[in-house]
Amino acid sequence: MNRSLLLKLLSAAIVFGAWEIAGRVPVSYAFPTFLDSMTALFAMSIDGTLLRAYGETLRPLVAGIAISALLGIVIGLWIGLSEFCDWLFSPIFIVMQAAPLAALIPLLVMAYGIGLTSKVFVVCIMAMPVIVLNTASAVRNTPSSLKEMGRSFLGSDFDIVTRIILPSASPIIFSGLRLGISAGFIGAILAELKITPTGVGDIITYSRSIADYPSMYAAIFSIILLAVLFLNLLERLEGQLFAGNNRGYVSD
Amino acid sequence: MQETTVAMSRTESARRDADPSGPQGAAVDNAVSVRCVSKTFGSVEALKNLSLDFPRGELTSLLGPSGCGKTTLLKIIAGLLEPSSGRVEVGGEAVTGPGPDRAFVFQDFALLPWASVLRNVAFGLELRGMAKSEREAIAEKHICEVGLAGFEHSYPHQLSGGMRQRVGLARALAVDADVLLMDEPFSAVDEQTRRKFQEDLLDLVRNERKTFIFVTHSIEEAVYVSDQIAILLPRPSRVSEIIRPSGFRDKGADNLRRDPEYLDIVDSIWASLRSYVE
Repeated sequence: MNRSLLLKLLSAAIVFGAWEIAGRVPVSYAFPTFLDSMTALFAMSIDGTLLRAYGETLRPLVAGIAISALLGIVIGLWIGLSEFCDWLFSPIFIVMQAAPLAALIPLLVMAYGIGLTSKVFVVCIMAMPVIVLNTASAVRNTPSSLKEMGRSFLGSDFDIVTRIILPSASPIIFSGLRLGISAGFIGAILAELKITPTGVGDIITYSRSIADYPSMYAAIFSIILLAVLFLNLLERLEGQLFAGNNRGYVSD
Repeated sequence: MQETTVAMSRTESARRDADPSGPQGAAVDNAVSVRCVSKTFGSVEALKNLSLDFPRGELTSLLGPSGCGKTTLLKIIAGLLEPSSGRVEVGGEAVTGPGPDRAFVFQDFALLPWASVLRNVAFGLELRGMAKSEREAIAEKHICEVGLAGFEHSYPHQLSGGMRQRVGLARALAVDADVLLMDEPFSAVDEQTRRKFQEDLLDLVRNERKTFIFVTHSIEEAVYVSDQIAILLPRPSRVSEIIRPSGFRDKGADNLRRDPEYLDIVDSIWASLRSYVE
């Protein structure tokens, strides 16, 4: 445990050290050092800029991720359980996953305007497909002997779905959630860069336009940090919920 | 073939002498009876017109080469598969699906990897809606019974193959069904563990007064543990003979494996099966 913490700190030190050196060389005039960026981050946190920005950014982000996670797991479960539903929905999500989103944003803006709705859509389009497709394939691959066990011990269909299929699919559902949520973060920033500059996207656009590169990188750094923290939290949650899943399956 | 018949008649007459009211007597008490069951998967005929009785309180093995439909028959009895025609009766009632009178022990254990031993053993009761404290008390009793005391809070991946199957067995015992259906339960555990299991199984049959239906592909195992062996031949599957070894049952676990009757039966079964093994 201490060793893993030590390794994490070490790898952070290496990355930040490399950043600092690259900034000092400098590799580009537009690339600030690590320390300058952190100073800018500190300044923005103190004067409340960052807080206000996240107030804006988190709205489409949280709404989009919540919708993607809930709806994504439900639809994925449904696709995994029913062949008809697979036929009906799978192509939509496969297309969604492959679509060049940035090019489609003008269409979304035409349909839903430049407000919150469009941004939530962008987050959902980024986050949902991988959640749905992962859930569906995990559900479909539930070991058949576990399902038979549930039936032979008189489980109802609902019991079998909630107590056997979902927990058994949980490692892959969670990995889908992790991928989906990171994509959702990308989607939220993309929406703020491409639709209307608000929140963190506004800081990035504005600082770039006035060549305040430390602030721009500080904003990017903060969103990455938030994503990493959130994903760690998700991992904790998974460990709490399904302790035995942690170390592989019984059949190995 | 000839030899088998001899062995069969000998064991059967020995049994009749010992116990006139036994399954071959007038008052036949069958826990499970299978009547003219056929099962087809698409165009493949897995079972054809198969009839077989399972006397109450005894262990019956279904023995045969792979692909002979042993597991299919077991799953039909369990209510997990529906027969294409024919009927299965458990305790006089026709089987329409899984029921509380039957419990299944799986070849691959079918344990929930995210659940502790305690929850796994109690899972059958959990699905029946029993309160947590009540079902855990029952589960703990059966965990001790199968020799896993102290492992209640371990997870399946922390146990050896043999211990995992003990969990599967305890789960089946915990629901207190009349009939235990075991699908090659010992095939995934190592040889030494398997021998110990077989000895334990004999005690279990003696003490529990339950009906056991045991699928195996091991001739020695079938002869060692069974009161009755049904030999199934493949494509389509049918019962080719029923053997009731009984002369050596009370000679004790240590002497059993070198008893002449035991060895004769093993040999004769092999003689009748060998032509079906490619």
